Amino acid sequence: MQVTKTERFPIRVQSDVVVVRQKVRNWTIELGLSLIDQTKVITAASELARNTLEYGGGGEVELASLKNDIGKNGLRLIFEDQGPGIPDINLALTDGYTSGGGLGMGLSGSRRLMNEFNIESEVGKGTRVTVIKWK
Amino acid sequence: MESQLATILKKNESKILSQWVEEQKKLGSTRVSNEDLISQCTNFLRLLIEGLQKNKSFSIAGTGWDPIRRCLDEVSRARGLLGFSPSETATFVFSLKLPIFSLLRQEIADSAQLTEETWNATSLLDQLGLYTTEAYQRTREEIIARQQEEMLELSTPVVKLWDGILALPMIGTLDSSRTQVVMESLLQRIMETGSEIAIIDITGVPTVDTLVAQHLIKTVTAARLMGAECIISGIRPQIAATIVHLGVDLAGVTTKASLADAFHVALARSGRTVTKVGGARSEKLRETRV
Amino acid sequence: MERIPILKLGSFLLVTIQVDMHDELAVRLQDDLTTKIVDSSARGVLIDISALDIVDSFIGRMLAGIASMSKILDAQTVVVGMQPAVAITLVELGLSLDGIKTALNVDRGMKLLRDSLELSEDENLAAGEANGEFESIHASDEN
Repeated sequence: MQVTKTERFPIRVQSDVVVVRQKVRNWTIELGLSLIDQTKVITAASELARNTLEYGGGGEVELASLKNDIGKNGLRLIFEDQGPGIPDINLALTDGYTSGGGLGMGLSGSRRLMNEFNIESEVGKGTRVTVIKWK
Repeated sequence: MESQLATILKKNESKILSQWVEEQKKLGSTRVSNEDLISQCTNFLRLLIEGLQKNKSFSIAGTGWDPIRRCLDEVSRARGLLGFSPSETATFVFSLKLPIFSLLRQEIADSAQLTEETWNATSLLDQLGLYTTEAYQRTREEIIARQQEEMLELSTPVVKLWDGILALPMIGTLDSSRTQVVMESLLQRIMETGSEIAIIDITGVPTVDTLVAQHLIKTVTAARLMGAECIISGIRPQIAATIVHLGVDLAGVTTKASLADAFHVALARSGRTVTKVGGARSEKLRETRV
Repeated sequence: MERIPILKLGSFLLVTIQVDMHDELAVRLQDDLTTKIVDSSARGVLIDISALDIVDSFIGRMLAGIASMSKILDAQTVVVGMQPAVAITLVELGLSLDGIKTALNVDRGMKLLRDSLELSEDENLAAGEANGEFESIHASDEN
């Protein structure tokens, strides 16, 4: 798998979430995703960016263009924060579970919207969510 | 010692050609027209000789053998389309062995050299023969992919039954990706036509698995979010049993036994009814006229 | 301060969301709408989201919130014009927004509101009960 292009954006205030959505939209169009896949990726990005802001106390997102071994193109998003971390990842991935005031669909829903989903978290250190959509 | 193969073949090109064509006719390549067969053979033999002249090695992987590989691509493709089996297709190359070997026996006196050249020729022809099988398979895969695409287009018509009522008659086995494509086009058409009711008829669907059932439910939910209602009709008894066994919850989804029942409900929900014109008498009149 | 405009059409309120909403704006809309429902004694709220190319869980929650709050204030909410891709994504995300009424466009939404108002004000509910499950989807040709 090779990374052909990357870009990073801060997620510090609410308007940053809107910016991340717009950037992700441009990248999905560039990748040539169908309208439905574009919508799925942007929605997942919106959920994850909000999580980074609300639960992680802010952080960053890295957008990357991927090409895998058989020449398939994809888009990878990595959301990173230095917040309190998630003590029980399986619980956080359960539909309807929320530690804040949300619907508890952010993490579990984003996982369904993307092709690949990975979450690493350490209590007291922060959380890193990696998602990939293949074309 | 330099291989004499190219020189020997070049010198006897027309003789090999006629023997080779005869050999193939004997083996039953009658589905290819005589002209096509001769032009294919002429072309191949010319490229084989050129390849031998240009390339030191007898391995066809190098770029020097590109022209002959392209020629085989075309031959395999043409034969694949004509319905040849892979071995029939490979016969095109293997049938060249007999003419070449007998020629080598005539031309080369030294037995060590004869063995050497025969080995060169056989290894080269074996590779080319195997290559036709690969090319043949690629052609078949292209055909299958194209047919799948065509089937997808063919089998997903969204039809308008009445103003504001759409129907999607699904036919054949549903896999998850096909269901998804069909459902997306249904939702698109709902929006384009402003239809408030869509009937998904699965009379022609032999089986439904969990994924497909879930896609159906997701579509019904998505349509509701858009402001339209879906009715599923034509659920066969076996499918009903499967759905219950799989534990798929169809609550909240309107289901009807037949498309006609579903259409009736759709009409009622849009404030319409179907009545016979003029009642029983005119019915009788029409029958007598017929 | 940036605000989403709320239009009054007779006894209904119409909101057309055309901007890429950040969360504060969504919360503000929710507050503005409930205030306006009370001030104008509106009986129905139409929220046109045909220009939105995504609805995430936050906006979904906001829409559900408006629907249940307006219900308490005796007004019906209809969300209209959701794009197919948005609907599919919402379902995949796990939100079906069960409590929200929907319509294909503003016209249909308006009709849905009018019909349900007529129904609820009609003294003789017999007809409504008989067709209970078809409630408010009738295409009445008199209108």
